Amino acid sequence: MSTSGGNERIVVDPITRIEGHLRIEAEMDGNKIGSAYSSGTMVRGIETILKGRDPRDAWAFAQRICGVCTLVHGLASIRSVENALSYKVPKNADLIRNLMSGAQYIHDHVMHFYHLHALDWVDVVSALDADPKATSELAQSLSNYPRSSPGYFSDMKKKLKGFVEAGQLGIFAKAYWGHPAYKLPPEANLMAVSHYLDALEWQRDVARLHTIFGGKNPHPNFVVGGVPCAIDLNSDSAINAKKLAQVQEIINKMKVFVEQVYIPDTLAIAGFYKDWGSRGEGLGNFMTYGDFPSNGMEDPSGFMLPAGAILNRDLSKIHEVDMHAPDEIHEYVSHSWYDYEGGKDTGLHPYDGETTFNYTGPKPPYKHLDVDQAYSWLKSPRWKGHSMEVGPLARVLMLYATGHEQTKDLVGMTLSKLDVPVEALFSTLGRTAARTLETKIFADAMQGWFDDLVANIKAGDTKTFNEVLWEPSSWPKSAQGVGFMEAPRGGLAHWIVIEDETIKNYQAVVPSTWNAGPRDSKGQPGAYEAALEDNHELHDPEQPIEILRTIHSFDPCIACAVHVSDSDGNELINVKVK
Amino acid sequence: MASHSDKEKTLGDVLRSHGVSRRSFMKYCATTASMMAMSPAMIPMIAEALENAKKPSVIWLSFQECTGCTESLTRAGASTVENLIFDSISLDYHHTLQAASGHRAEEAKEEAMHENHGKYLLVVDGSIPMDNPGYSTIAGISNYDMLMEAAEGAAAIIAVGTCATYGGLPKASPNPTGAVSVSDLIKDKPIINVPGCPPIPVVITGVLTHFLTFGALPELDDLGRPKAFYGQSIHDRCYRRPFYDKGLFAETFDDEGAKAGWCLYKLGCRGPTTYNACATTKWNNGTSFPIESGHPCLGCSEPEFWDGGGFYKALSIPTADVGETVLYTAAGAAAAGVALGALNRATKGSANKAHEKVTLEDLEK
Repeated sequence: MSTSGGNERIVVDPITRIEGHLRIEAEMDGNKIGSAYSSGTMVRGIETILKGRDPRDAWAFAQRICGVCTLVHGLASIRSVENALSYKVPKNADLIRNLMSGAQYIHDHVMHFYHLHALDWVDVVSALDADPKATSELAQSLSNYPRSSPGYFSDMKKKLKGFVEAGQLGIFAKAYWGHPAYKLPPEANLMAVSHYLDALEWQRDVARLHTIFGGKNPHPNFVVGGVPCAIDLNSDSAINAKKLAQVQEIINKMKVFVEQVYIPDTLAIAGFYKDWGSRGEGLGNFMTYGDFPSNGMEDPSGFMLPAGAILNRDLSKIHEVDMHAPDEIHEYVSHSWYDYEGGKDTGLHPYDGETTFNYTGPKPPYKHLDVDQAYSWLKSPRWKGHSMEVGPLARVLMLYATGHEQTKDLVGMTLSKLDVPVEALFSTLGRTAARTLETKIFADAMQGWFDDLVANIKAGDTKTFNEVLWEPSSWPKSAQGVGFMEAPRGGLAHWIVIEDETIKNYQAVVPSTWNAGPRDSKGQPGAYEAALEDNHELHDPEQPIEILRTIHSFDPCIACAVHVSDSDGNELINVKVK
Repeated sequence: MASHSDKEKTLGDVLRSHGVSRRSFMKYCATTASMMAMSPAMIPMIAEALENAKKPSVIWLSFQECTGCTESLTRAGASTVENLIFDSISLDYHHTLQAASGHRAEEAKEEAMHENHGKYLLVVDGSIPMDNPGYSTIAGISNYDMLMEAAEGAAAIIAVGTCATYGGLPKASPNPTGAVSVSDLIKDKPIINVPGCPPIPVVITGVLTHFLTFGALPELDDLGRPKAFYGQSIHDRCYRRPFYDKGLFAETFDDEGAKAGWCLYKLGCRGPTTYNACATTKWNNGTSFPIESGHPCLGCSEPEFWDGGGFYKALSIPTADVGETVLYTAAGAAAAGVALGALNRATKGSANKAHEKVTLEDLEK
């Protein structure tokens, strides 16, 4: 890897409309991106903070890794404790966890599409030129969504016009409006802007599913050994018929929005951007951990989402992934601001993970990172030495490869509607489409889990918590385990080592670390970097909308991606920058 | 695209141009008044303040944070984030929501700071790491430098979330990055602390609305928190309080007590030492709150709550062991519970009067 030669370096920092602090530096080769570098620029040290604490408390700390992917780290954390202690949870608890996690997918994916990603494809200013009547015809040709009258779009246009004319653009200021890369006609732009606002209203409503079971959103509550909400049909203070009816209503609203708004919008917008089906792939390696148990986490055969690895686009061979095996998952720090005792180029399994802060980057304020050295607070996780992409595209490919009928139908429908070849899946466009398609799979699965929960209650099973291992005095002197799940952004796992009733070591390897991590000791790029290096010509380096499109297609979550642990209990070394 | 300095309309102009009728505007003002627990006589004053205002510039900085506070902002039912953005504030910098990236995002912030110097409202979420400027940077600038520059021209600062208000999770022992709060660094500006992990959605927008409406800080307690939302302990306003007074406690998460909605004190509830509106305002537009959904309060809006001992260990057993004394002395249960409740109320009554924080020690006196 070289940064010499005087090639132009483009820096995008902050990358906005994501979670957290991400910086992209791209070295140009003419108009094309030659090399790309992804840097997470914020660290907190949560795993260090976790050490020495009660493992039952860990979920609350871990959950604050991220408030966008709210709940996923809480769930991975309690599963790590349960795995370490062989702590079984009641059937109802698994169903309620599935419902909460599924709701998170649907909520998060819709918000990502409309509030974080859409403005890469939708020109807000162009919407002012839309004809409300033609917009209505367009919307009604796409779906049965009731908010589609000419009057509705006329009001939206008026609202938008008043806003723009008032001269204070706020969050919409200084964007790349009018850039020739925006291809939607004004009517499609007006429709999408209207749905941006509708989705804000919708998400407030459906987030309440978490509140019913977990007391609040963001950051609903969990408990090791079950779920905190009791079930009692004769109590006004537990999950009862009224609360179940609220949940059913929310599931209905989720399904309607996904089917009538999110899917039609994705397909309609994608139709104008088919050229994005041939760039932004990058690695061609995909991995899932598996999730959504029907028979407990100990039985992977009951998972709705299967686990495995796909290498070099070869869907005919699914490789097994073992998270406990010492020779499979390793993290590297060659280009990260940490030190390893055994040298910066070694890789460590998370159970043996060690990390010591060593900020060797430029002293702020700085213009460029030195990418030959360490350049990120993210580590570089690898599976058997390979960089892997995780997330919606990996899951859809895994479901497709393992013969999941609904997935095959949805993928087939999408490819035929867009009239693109199957290779288009391996791209920026494919990644964004995969997120939409799996949302439909989850919206349908929600009803199944809900029906199972109701059937269980009807059969007299109201158990939501297993108290048998609640008291730490009942635990073995030492134990270790891994809690894994499929989070909206991809495979997520927390490794915990418990000793004398407290946390001895804690390590999270999260989706955005897999995707956004820097190069490893062999110089292999992470998924973001590889994707940006795949066929990205910039129309105007001053307005690098192309970079935003591909980075946003991964739905970055950088607070998640940065984490630290120190297995040896060594003092963390703070290297002061001169 | 027009730059945002060429024309300045008042909020009243904007609302009229949006086709918002006088009637629905006054209704909005009434809702705001009611939410802020103000007299109906204040409604015309709110309306006047809102109508004549150019939308105030708001700059939102995110440091060591998880974006949970921004997510919470988007969950607010009144005022909603879209109404705020379209009708009452100009949100000129906000990483998670703004369209522009990179240097154009930074330009938007610099222009807003320049044009509205001395007048803009600065909102901060996340703590600031002091051990090394490289622990958190945006556009190559350390969080400390960015905060100090933005604070200089701010009319006031709203610290949102427990990380910005008290250091929060990054500051939890052993505080690996040397994280500090906004008020640890800024001493010469009015600061409103809106703690919570995250804060309740409508509390964030409620505090913003208060400032925008009255152009002044709401009345704050000794920890810089608006009394309207943080004046009462969760325990005092909890619907399960009568069970505490009767000495009826859930012992585990799905026993008969948990199902019946008995008090979660013995499961570690921090309601007695936590000052927040969860039990009254509730979460996500009145849907529920942690205790209602069976989990003890974590105390997430209090300073140092991460280091306050295990979340599932009862704070302590007040006065005498309530569990032993009350639960197992069936005959005396009601009387003992009532006496205990009365004692606690007396202690806290005097503290509330002075708007001081009530500690666990006070409870036990």
